[in-house]
Amino acid sequence: MTGENWHQRESYTFDRNVIAEIHRAANTGIYRIRGFGAKRRLPTFDDLVFLGASMSRYPLEGYREDCGTDVIIGEGRAERPVHLDIPITIAGMSFGSLSAQAKEALGRGANAAGTSTTTGDGGMTPEERGHSKTLVYQYLPSRYGMNPDDIRKADAIEVVVGQGAKPGGGGMLLGQKITERVAEMRTLPEGIDQRSACRHPDWTGPDDLEIKILELREIVGWQVPVYVKIGAARPFYDTALAVKAGADAVVVDGMQGGTAATQDVFIEHVGIPTIAAVPEAVRAMKELGAHRDVKLIVAGGIRTGADVAKALALGADAVSLGTAALIAIGDNSPSLEDQYQALGTTAGCWEDYQDGTDPAGITTQDPELSARLDPVVAGRRLANYLQVLTLEVQTLARANGKSHVHNLEPDDLAALTVEAAAMAKVPLAGTSWIPGMG
Amino acid sequence: MNDGTSATVTEIDMRNTSLRDLNRQLHEATSGHFVVTNPRGAHAVAAGIDSDIVVELRGSVGYYAAGMLQRGTVIVDGNAGTGVAENMMSGVARVTGSATMSAGATGCGGLLVIEGGAGARCGISMKGLDIVVGGDIGHMGAFMAQAGNLVVLGDADHHLGDSIYEADLFVRGDVASLGADCEEKEMSAEDVDLLTQLLERAQMTADPGDFRHFGSARQLYNFHPDDINSEVAEARS
Ligand SMILES: Cc1cc2nc3c(=O)[nH]c(=O)nc-3n(C[C@H](O)[C@H](O)[C@H](O)COP(=O)(O)O)c2cc1C
Repeated sequence: MTGENWHQRESYTFDRNVIAEIHRAANTGIYRIRGFGAKRRLPTFDDLVFLGASMSRYPLEGYREDCGTDVIIGEGRAERPVHLDIPITIAGMSFGSLSAQAKEALGRGANAAGTSTTTGDGGMTPEERGHSKTLVYQYLPSRYGMNPDDIRKADAIEVVVGQGAKPGGGGMLLGQKITERVAEMRTLPEGIDQRSACRHPDWTGPDDLEIKILELREIVGWQVPVYVKIGAARPFYDTALAVKAGADAVVVDGMQGGTAATQDVFIEHVGIPTIAAVPEAVRAMKELGAHRDVKLIVAGGIRTGADVAKALALGADAVSLGTAALIAIGDNSPSLEDQYQALGTTAGCWEDYQDGTDPAGITTQDPELSARLDPVVAGRRLANYLQVLTLEVQTLARANGKSHVHNLEPDDLAALTVEAAAMAKVPLAGTSWIPGMG
Repeated sequence: MNDGTSATVTEIDMRNTSLRDLNRQLHEATSGHFVVTNPRGAHAVAAGIDSDIVVELRGSVGYYAAGMLQRGTVIVDGNAGTGVAENMMSGVARVTGSATMSAGATGCGGLLVIEGGAGARCGISMKGLDIVVGGDIGHMGAFMAQAGNLVVLGDADHHLGDSIYEADLFVRGDVASLGADCEEKEMSAEDVDLLTQLLERAQMTADPGDFRHFGSARQLYNFHPDDINSEVAEARS
């Protein structure tokens, strides 16, 4: 280096984003609220690889040999267990945060792929019930729009304790998205900046949760499974406690998990990465003898069939998609570049789900913007995407000699970095070394 | 068993009926009067009722008695544990003794009467329910209450109405402190009428003139960002 550009050297400590944020904070006096998930570099499933078949493992033929992908949740406990054709579900995203068209598209796509969708912080709309063959009903701290009729219409109930984007934080929906209908569904004044509760109003702690689950089961006559969703904070203990409380499935959402609106400081600085959370949740289930009986659903930054397969290999039974599903139906599409530019951003970087200005008509309540999203076409896009993920998982499972995707195991994996090896508890590639395990 | 007239009383003894069988029977009934004996603190008793039946629980109950009551009447002749009548939608729930925490949590409609006192977080996140408490209530009463009325004939402990939205609170006794964004409101003629009706429906005697009225100061409804940049730009233009 000659050093002649020293006056153009950017600081690692105060890089352009940091400086922009300090200016923004100084200008407004309010923390940054945004959507999407954590944007910083984190250890991810990309830091793991499959080993594939070899002399000691036979691969299966790609076209001829079966490779099952189905998942059953709540068998033996609920009268009507949930049957999914693929181990990929659509995560809870509320009507309110999403447009009615987007919810419909998610329902259509999930139906075509044989999987479930999930309500969100705002209750169940008749439209989404109508468009989703298998619909999971979220039971959240705010209990917005909660009523026993809807709970009885659900195919499963998901008690939300936390979310990966903000373990310990409640929902947020800013005034520009609180239209008359959204306000009415939530029994709130129109146009307020809504901050929903972060703790359940009528239970605290795992012993209470057990009684809450009993009550929910009694109300629905033990018909449908009950899931518990946690943000990846202390996944070993939280999973163990959820299992002990009687959950049929535990949803573990890593820190990359998307959100409709949360403080940036929360998104980027609270919770642990998905890759670190999965083995801990699995360990808890194994210690309780519940692994594979109680199902583990993993969310937070799942994008590809490889991500799905790696989550399954670490011991998950299924995964759940938020952000990727929105992208599949058109979020951040380059075809809308002019409009992203007009919003001061660019396709691929847009994160203002909180703002209601979504050019793709997905995270908005604006009638003109949301009318842009054709739910039929968008549903097909989602179905295609889910099909690709499923085919990719099967490809990887067959390559590792597995006749069902649930037969993938940690032994099929190696880690590319020491961090990933330590977090995922699989050996560093080319060694038998798992840091922290001897 | 139940011939459909409310004159017929069906007795169910929880010493020899499981919770599941009890609730199934109550869910299947379309009318009638049920007397449940020996609940012995069981949880989720008479949860999820959805018809115009009358259920009398003779003895104290655990958590979530009359939970999500959609229609009908549930009387707890004794004390009730956490979350009595949580998220009730309509109908009447009455506790002759006292209730512990989160009584009537998130309730959307109907009337909950607690003849004794109620513990912490009574009426938390209520969304349209009316609650009348004969005695005192614990701290954080009506926390984040969104709609409906909470009437307290005794005292209210600290942080009453914290982060309250559009619910109305009426307290006859002392209020230890108000929570964030809760303020005393004027007691209008309509408020007096409303309170008179609520007391009547709850079958409680009290002089509405002795109550004070609290509600939202509406200061937390929106974020209040400063906007220095655009002000400066405006000043320059
Ligand atoms: C627009 C949007 C709305 C969301 N709303 C909810 C919600 O209402 N309840 C909830 O539990 N999680 C909510 N989430 C989180 C998702 O359920 C899920 O945990 C997360 O999106 C998974 O991570 P991923 O986005 O990386 O796939 C939301 C996420 C997004 C992107």
